Amino acid sequence: MAAKPKLCYFRGRGRMESIRWLLAAAGVEFEEEFIETREQYEKLQKDGRLLFGQVPLVEMDGMVLTQTKAILSYLAAKYDLYGKDLKERVRVDMYADGTLDLMMMIALAAFKTPGEKEENLALVVKKAKTCYFPAFEKILKDHGEDFLVGNKFSWADIQLLEAVLMVEELDASVLSDFPLLKAFKTRISNIPTIKKFLQPGSQRKLPPDSHYVKTVRNVLQL
Amino acid sequence: MAAKPKLHYPNGRGRMESVRWVLAAAGVEVSCLGWRRGEVPVVCWSALSPLGCLEGAVQGQTQFDEEFLETKDQLQKLQDGNHLLFQQVPMVEIDGMKLVQTRSILHYIADKHHLFGKDLKERTLIDMYVEGTLDLLELIIMHPFLKPDDQQKEVVNMAQKAIIRYFPVFEKVLRDHGQRFLVGNQLSLADIILLQTILALEEKIPNILSAFPHLQEFTVKISNIPTIKKFLEPGSKKKPPPDDIYVRTVYNLFMP
Repeated sequence: MAAKPKLCYFRGRGRMESIRWLLAAAGVEFEEEFIETREQYEKLQKDGRLLFGQVPLVEMDGMVLTQTKAILSYLAAKYDLYGKDLKERVRVDMYADGTLDLMMMIALAAFKTPGEKEENLALVVKKAKTCYFPAFEKILKDHGEDFLVGNKFSWADIQLLEAVLMVEELDASVLSDFPLLKAFKTRISNIPTIKKFLQPGSQRKLPPDSHYVKTVRNVLQL
Repeated sequence: MAAKPKLHYPNGRGRMESVRWVLAAAGVEVSCLGWRRGEVPVVCWSALSPLGCLEGAVQGQTQFDEEFLETKDQLQKLQDGNHLLFQQVPMVEIDGMKLVQTRSILHYIADKHHLFGKDLKERTLIDMYVEGTLDLLELIIMHPFLKPDDQQKEVVNMAQKAIIRYFPVFEKVLRDHGQRFLVGNQLSLADIILLQTILALEEKIPNILSAFPHLQEFTVKISNIPTIKKFLEPGSKKKPPPDDIYVRTVYNLFMP
């Protein structure tokens, strides 16, 4: 029996959260090793497990994978969540890439000074409302289908749900002008694997708090 | 004949330069006007090929057009016309689609032109290398937009990152397998993006490869691939390093 994928990262969302979502949505069980100290991190580097000295790190299928987007693309391809041909694939890629940009802004804001953080998060909500959500609302409106690409569940749907929930944590009313996105959110949340992931006790991580920020700063010597 | 791809971006490197590199490097299906009836077209490397191609033969590169963004009005027009998925550039019109998000564009072109390895494992390895290299390239892309006081410090930072974090990895890969290309013994997206990044760094730090003999050899070998060699010659669509005009144009376009 194949070993479970093993994720190595801090005990928090950061760049690993989208990977957790994708694995969970695909119904794949995974293990996690949490980095808590600088010594642990240096050992990972010395052991040569980190290609460019960085996490996220995912070990699976006999491979040592780093670089968030490369890992996500691999998982999407492996679990058939990448569209049926090249034209669908590039759309999945664009949508996922866009939502990842938005989520990375939120992840990085946690490391700013309080004033900057508030400003950055306000900008995220603005960008969501003016650039990203309108785009996805239009996509859903134009084809009238349940999923973003090719009438089939894909990586793009998982990541959009993840992004929507993350932005809602910042502004609960953010979907008020986007009825189709609202319906999308409900629909995708009810997919059994995702429903399970959204319940307490799953491997989904909490928004970054001061303890998380302190740990990351300490380990990465930021 | 398929329409040429059309690139929408300011007239300078920025995030579009990698796309220019990959399109230029990719071998192309023939746009050669002179093949004899009934024969199967092949890639035509020069107008003097043994097939007796006539003038108009594309010399191996994927041709593309460019629409340079110069004014806010132009950008507004693209945004209002719903041509930019997330209201941002780069945007590439290709195969009836309007592609955005640099990495997605690069992946699409790589897939189309067989620059992404032969299977999922090679693809993922290429992807990892490309992602790392693009992180380094990002420092170069952002450099001209830093405050003048921070720019010199940043050159030191990029040199350190290149020499400590990225180059040793690629040097070891090349040394360990002894092949010309990074992955799978054939040209891939990883080779093209790495060459682009090395040359951009060398413009700022001329001796950046001094401790990396295999990377030096790699640079020479990949530069000599016909399509890439042509791209490196004057008169190609390769853009010069960012200057004050470019920086000012970008500020005017994108600042609120």
